[in-house]
Amino acid sequence: MAEVTTDARGLVKRRLGLRLWLSGGWLLVLTLAAVFAPLLSPHDPLSQDLLGGRIPPMFFPGADPTYPLGTDSLGRDVLARLLYGGRIALIVALVAGLATCVIGSALGLIAGYFRGWPDMVISRLIDIWMAFPPVLFAILLIAVIGPGLTSIILAIVVIDWTRFARVVRAEAMAQGAMDYVASAQVAGRTRAGTMLAEILPNVLPTVVALLTLEMGIAVIVEAILSFVNLSISTDDPTWGGMISEGRTSVYQAWWVLVFPLVCLFLTVLSFSQLGEGLKDRFDPVLR
Amino acid sequence: MQLARAFLIRLLTTLVTLFGVAVIVFFVIRVVPGNPIAMMLPPGASDADIARLKALYGFDKSIPQQFVIWLSGVLHGDFGTSITRRQPVLDLVLNRLPATIELAGMALIIATIIGGFLALTGTRLRGTKTEAAIDVGSGMALSIPDFLWGLLMILLFGVLWPVLDISGRVTPSLQLPFTTQFYLTESVLRLRFDLWRDIAGHMLMPALALAIPLSAIIGQLLKQSLKETMHLDYVTLARTKGYGENHVILREALRNAILPTLTLIGVQFTFLIGGTVIVERLFSYEGLGNMAIDAVINRDLPLIQGIVIVFALLFTLINLAVDMCYALLNPRLRHG
Repeated sequence: MAEVTTDARGLVKRRLGLRLWLSGGWLLVLTLAAVFAPLLSPHDPLSQDLLGGRIPPMFFPGADPTYPLGTDSLGRDVLARLLYGGRIALIVALVAGLATCVIGSALGLIAGYFRGWPDMVISRLIDIWMAFPPVLFAILLIAVIGPGLTSIILAIVVIDWTRFARVVRAEAMAQGAMDYVASAQVAGRTRAGTMLAEILPNVLPTVVALLTLEMGIAVIVEAILSFVNLSISTDDPTWGGMISEGRTSVYQAWWVLVFPLVCLFLTVLSFSQLGEGLKDRFDPVLR
Repeated sequence: MQLARAFLIRLLTTLVTLFGVAVIVFFVIRVVPGNPIAMMLPPGASDADIARLKALYGFDKSIPQQFVIWLSGVLHGDFGTSITRRQPVLDLVLNRLPATIELAGMALIIATIIGGFLALTGTRLRGTKTEAAIDVGSGMALSIPDFLWGLLMILLFGVLWPVLDISGRVTPSLQLPFTTQFYLTESVLRLRFDLWRDIAGHMLMPALALAIPLSAIIGQLLKQSLKETMHLDYVTLARTKGYGENHVILREALRNAILPTLTLIGVQFTFLIGGTVIVERLFSYEGLGNMAIDAVINRDLPLIQGIVIVFALLFTLINLAVDMCYALLNPRLRHG
């Protein structure tokens, strides 16, 4: 019995390693593709060719070799739009993910360590936020502040800070009750100093894992917002916008839906597997 | 006594939360650029017409004044009048709410069945490759959100192997003899299984999209707590009495392992309802979430307010009910 469990655990561990490599690999490829998008794109992502609409991808009857992934209903190159859409997805993932992480963690740290009225206020805010359907909240915010990349990032920060605040608050509370914190206080550290020098390093692993997960969520939120046509502008290539267009013409041109969907799928999966993997790495029980 | 006190405090914080939601929604959407009144009038309307319409919807007063009027209306069950649909907001919301409740309910049932099955199978076959496969599979199912599952299903069952309808709640040409908006429930009660098939066929894909991530969460947690329970003495006792493994899991361990899972299902159910917004949009399902997105796009302020309040009410009530059930079911909290 005992041997079987060790085996199963070993199996899980090996899987974890493989998962980390695969997801890290895809994100690296995506980053390179996004950075070198202008060099890699055979066509301009915005240029239309109404006579060359809905050309199927490579190896299908009627394909055009200069459009390896085909064209959409307006004759725009699917590959070029995919590459440029990846840029937006990655920018949103990085900027929105980091901003959400910093703001949410700071509030969670303050609430969990200082307790008292800051905790009251922040906890009540978290409760209120949890009573909103997040997607509806995001759509509402974009409608209010207007579309655009900055608006999307802002909307993600506004709706998702609670994700970090909740977890970090609980962790900071647990850490704050430990002996080493008390001894730091005895040694003469200030309250704020203790928070930054003692508590923060101890919640950091959790925060990093959450950040990776949040990047995946940010990519999805961006896709959802451009799916309901509230993202950047309708011309700029985004995966969500391509999916939205592909959804309506799925019976005539499946490739317009399939390729961005695959990219979105792999990216979201990679971010979350990376996050889960990191969480397990930092988890003393599994280690 | 203490329990009653805890309930009372919990109830008060719920009210504070709902008030907070009302304040935030009201003020956030008052900043919306784009005048909803201007969109309602034909070009060339006179200033007097504009003023009259503004007064009709109360937009001529100051924002705090508008808030007080709106809130006292809400407390009396009057949510105002929708600008685009020219009907009372409450009627519109109540008309759509059953569709969303049926969808979320169906998703919850599917998720519980799949999750429970995975947890029990994983526990029965623990230490084997099947368990490892369940773990990896549910880890992946969990990380893909409902929106992507929905799109994937549209491709699989709508295009590649077109067996299900990808849009709407019911085939539009069908005559529905229903008196309520609970189509699925009513079709069963009226024994109209021809209609039931059509309605369930429309609901299956959106419900599955919502259910898959939740089923993975339920499966993981239930398996975890089953595993912990399996080591307890009373389970070992049942085993030494000669009961088979299936009996031990289903009759002995499950009863104790299920409580933490129930709380989790409650919390996750609110996330699932939040997910209906985009999933309904994806499948053009005529529920509350789909109407909410239309309302935002059309800047229909009274309707947006009403829908968000109803969603918030739903969320907080579910959380409240879960907390109370948990307190009642858990003997340790009952006397604490």
